[in-house]
Amino acid sequence: MLDETNAKSMSIIVTKGTLDWAYPPFILATTAAAMGLDVTMFFTFYGLHLLKKDLNLKVSTLGNPGMEMPMGGMHMAMPNIMAALPGASALTTNMMKNLIKKKGVASIQELRDLAIEADVNMIACQMTMDLFEIKREDMIDGPSVGGAASWVEVATKSDINLYI
Amino acid sequence: MADMILDAKGLNCPLPILRAKKALKELPSGGTLEVQATDPGAVKDFEAFCRTTGNELVEHHMDGNTYVFLIRHTG
Repeated sequence: MLDETNAKSMSIIVTKGTLDWAYPPFILATTAAAMGLDVTMFFTFYGLHLLKKDLNLKVSTLGNPGMEMPMGGMHMAMPNIMAALPGASALTTNMMKNLIKKKGVASIQELRDLAIEADVNMIACQMTMDLFEIKREDMIDGPSVGGAASWVEVATKSDINLYI
Repeated sequence: MADMILDAKGLNCPLPILRAKKALKELPSGGTLEVQATDPGAVKDFEAFCRTTGNELVEHHMDGNTYVFLIRHTG
């Protein structure tokens, strides 16, 4: 069937492990898979955290003046000096998780499950596992473990290659 | 009347597309799916989805605050 064999392909290098930056790779991967593309995600550095069984993603406004939360019809940004205080990151994370729920945005867990269900090929970076001492058993079952060459091989055959 | 109706109201990008894809899989070729969504981005997205996957976007219209898409599984 046409919608199963689009024959196009996409690869994404996933380098970031915060709640906000977890979204673009999983949204694009699941959508591309739904549109018939073969998708490969290569998880490296902080992005590797997105493969952990226990997802505990956080977000901070520290050093991110572009992050404004809608609040009572206005938008509120947090000054860096406040964002650096203990508990500020937990507060911001809670606010964002509430917004995600309220606006009908999928959770990262949900998008990751959908990606696995859609046969998105996931590769965990071996070097990052060694560097940060992350064990294979700390991560979900699906992904294979590989290095830069595994991604390069996929990338040479992919129509779209993204670095996020 | 569509063969299947998918209520994707209240869901945000990319969930309406992902749910629609799942629903289309269950439909035989030629079957029709009605998707109901409230995400304004869904209009452009369902057009792109159908063009890319080879499914036919028969029509779409608004019903109050709801976007209604009729898709024929021709993929």
